[in-house]
Amino acid sequence: MDMKEKMPITPVTPVPTTSAAIAAEANREGPVTTDDPAQAEREGATPLDGEGGKLPNLSMAQLPNIQDSSDEQIAPAAPPKMSAQDVSVFYGEKQALRDVSIKIHNDLVTAFIGPSGCGKSTFLRCLNRMNDTIPTARVTGCIELDGEDVMASDMDVVQLRARVGMVFQKPNPFPKSIFENVAYGPRIHGLATSKSELQGIVEKSLKRAGLWEEVKDRLQESGTALSGGQQQRLCIARAIAVDPEVILMDEPCSALDPIATAKIEELIHELRGRYAIAIVTHNMQQAARVSQRTAFFHLGEMVEYGKTSNIFTNPREQRTQDYITGRYG
Amino acid sequence: MTAASSRWNDEAMLRRVRRRYVAERWFRFAGLAAISLSILFLAFLLWSMASRGLSGFWHYEASLPVDFAKSNVFLDPASLRGPDAQQTVAGADIEGAISQSATAAYGPAAAEMFGDGATEKLGRAIVDDPDVLSKTTTFWLPVGSRIDVAAKGDGDAASERMVDMLKSRGMLKRAFNAQFLEASDSTDPTSVGVWGALKGSFLTMIVTMLLAFPVGVLAAVYLEEFAPRNRWTDAIEVSINNLAAVPSIIFGLLGLAVFLNVMNLPRSAPLVGGLTLALMTMPVIVIAGRNAIKSVPPSIRDAALGVGASKMQVTFHHVLPLALPGILTGTIIGMARALGETAPLLMIGMRAFIAAPPDGISDPATVLPVQIFLWSDEVDRAFVEKTSAAIIVLLLFMLLMNGLAIYLRNRFERRW
Repeated sequence: MDMKEKMPITPVTPVPTTSAAIAAEANREGPVTTDDPAQAEREGATPLDGEGGKLPNLSMAQLPNIQDSSDEQIAPAAPPKMSAQDVSVFYGEKQALRDVSIKIHNDLVTAFIGPSGCGKSTFLRCLNRMNDTIPTARVTGCIELDGEDVMASDMDVVQLRARVGMVFQKPNPFPKSIFENVAYGPRIHGLATSKSELQGIVEKSLKRAGLWEEVKDRLQESGTALSGGQQQRLCIARAIAVDPEVILMDEPCSALDPIATAKIEELIHELRGRYAIAIVTHNMQQAARVSQRTAFFHLGEMVEYGKTSNIFTNPREQRTQDYITGRYG
Repeated sequence: MTAASSRWNDEAMLRRVRRRYVAERWFRFAGLAAISLSILFLAFLLWSMASRGLSGFWHYEASLPVDFAKSNVFLDPASLRGPDAQQTVAGADIEGAISQSATAAYGPAAAEMFGDGATEKLGRAIVDDPDVLSKTTTFWLPVGSRIDVAAKGDGDAASERMVDMLKSRGMLKRAFNAQFLEASDSTDPTSVGVWGALKGSFLTMIVTMLLAFPVGVLAAVYLEEFAPRNRWTDAIEVSINNLAAVPSIIFGLLGLAVFLNVMNLPRSAPLVGGLTLALMTMPVIVIAGRNAIKSVPPSIRDAALGVGASKMQVTFHHVLPLALPGILTGTIIGMARALGETAPLLMIGMRAFIAAPPDGISDPATVLPVQIFLWSDEVDRAFVEKTSAAIIVLLLFMLLMNGLAIYLRNRFERRW
């Protein structure tokens, strides 16, 4: 067999903890659930029986993960935490993103998938205006956070970035102690009035990021001395230390091994109830495992946005179908 | 054997491999030769400095019995107890007393064997203990430059005879020349010292550092982190790069025109020298600083921005601490160059003959490299070793300064 024609999507071993977590999550998705077991049954069953053949490379073991048994409509009844309307991004003359409209909801993980260079990271960076740091970038359209215009000139971008936290592709802890890494955000925003309060915030954030047990005895050691997965969880702890409302994750697991990835995914599940989360990922299995909403980007356009289960089992667009079955990308 | 494997073993391939090895050997050899040559040059420099200069830290002293009763020195011991003792002694004819005593002890040829160094030392001895005026005391006094040079093996015939005579009577000994580290410039090589120039250099460097470092770092930070990219910042960047390459004497002329003629600052003072050298050092710090700031990974900036740090917080909490080692490296290079600079300081009058160490940055002073330049121009043979000795002092000063900077740099160095 010619090696060049290897399997487009490598089936990854399902991580048991994550599967279990998802199963638990499925029952917990209270506010948006229709609470109709029959419907859940129907939705879950259809892809397996009728359209399973469309997904030759997704192993059967993964399919239960992508069942989003809960909500019928794409948008839950509550107003979205963030909404983007006709967002376009230009780098100089080149248009990187064309008329993207997406809603990000509380209690849901929204995944952005698509091939490299399709604009999903660019879009994510619009949500907390990180594109401001690129001099040639120009963003048009409307982005709202709780109905507030994010792109308005009177929106304080520093506060916005505290409210909309970000975790980056490569773990990027500050070359300071673990404690200082987490304490930095609360300190510059004046969230703690005393040293003990600051220590409390650090401890709480590290616990939420699932790192406390591993580092509680060495908080003064350098954050860069941790392993890659620990560094990424430290970055998540740093992001949640300022008590954000939304967390954006830009391929948070692309530099990590499968075990560290599983831990981060588990963490995403635990954080879901507290924050609205948007995650960019290359890894479709990951999108299927962690998200309830998925948007598929291709060549600067958002091709399809919907419930994760629908995107993966019953996509409306041919391009989505081709991508998730591994015909390109 | 298949066709594919023989391709890696045929004659042409083996030749290519051999050629590659030969090329590598040649390159290694060339590199080693370059390093050996530079070590050779360095060793030659150090050896020549040490062999000529170290003797400058030593001088010869001759024993001389002095009886002030027979001399023209009429000093009232009571007047030497007050604060003006130094001046009173300086007014007395101690030189005549030494000359007289030397003639009495070693014959008429010895009348000129002691120089200014001996006069100063005897004057200090009188102030320390006025009782010597009333009796005959034997002093060890530094000999004059002609005898000193002869004792070190480079004098004329008459002086060498004198040295032989003194040595045979055990009246000549070698002693550490503390005067050289304590005194300032003088016309007599036996009483010169580097202290004045050292202090001048130190004060000048302080002024340069206090001005060039903050201005250079702030300019680098602003240009790299805050300034918009447009035609103006491009023009500023080009000008700063050119400024770093401007010959130093032109900075001297600029200093002369602006600081002395327009601003009327004191001539030949460390203040003006420092200002002029700061102009010269600043572009070096700006360029090094910008490169250091540029090399801070963007992920650190993203991380800080991501938790809601403002642009200034990102710069001063994260970027600048990480760039500091690089900035300090540039500062070391710039300051070392400023310390060794002579030409611009000649233009602003620091080549004047200054016999007293400066008390502040507005007092007239000279600096070590200018002092070296001035001494190297002197006719007296004794200045040869003084010049080399001053070079040794300058090199030690530079080593000390760089050592401090490297220590600071290593303290600030952080890994990411």
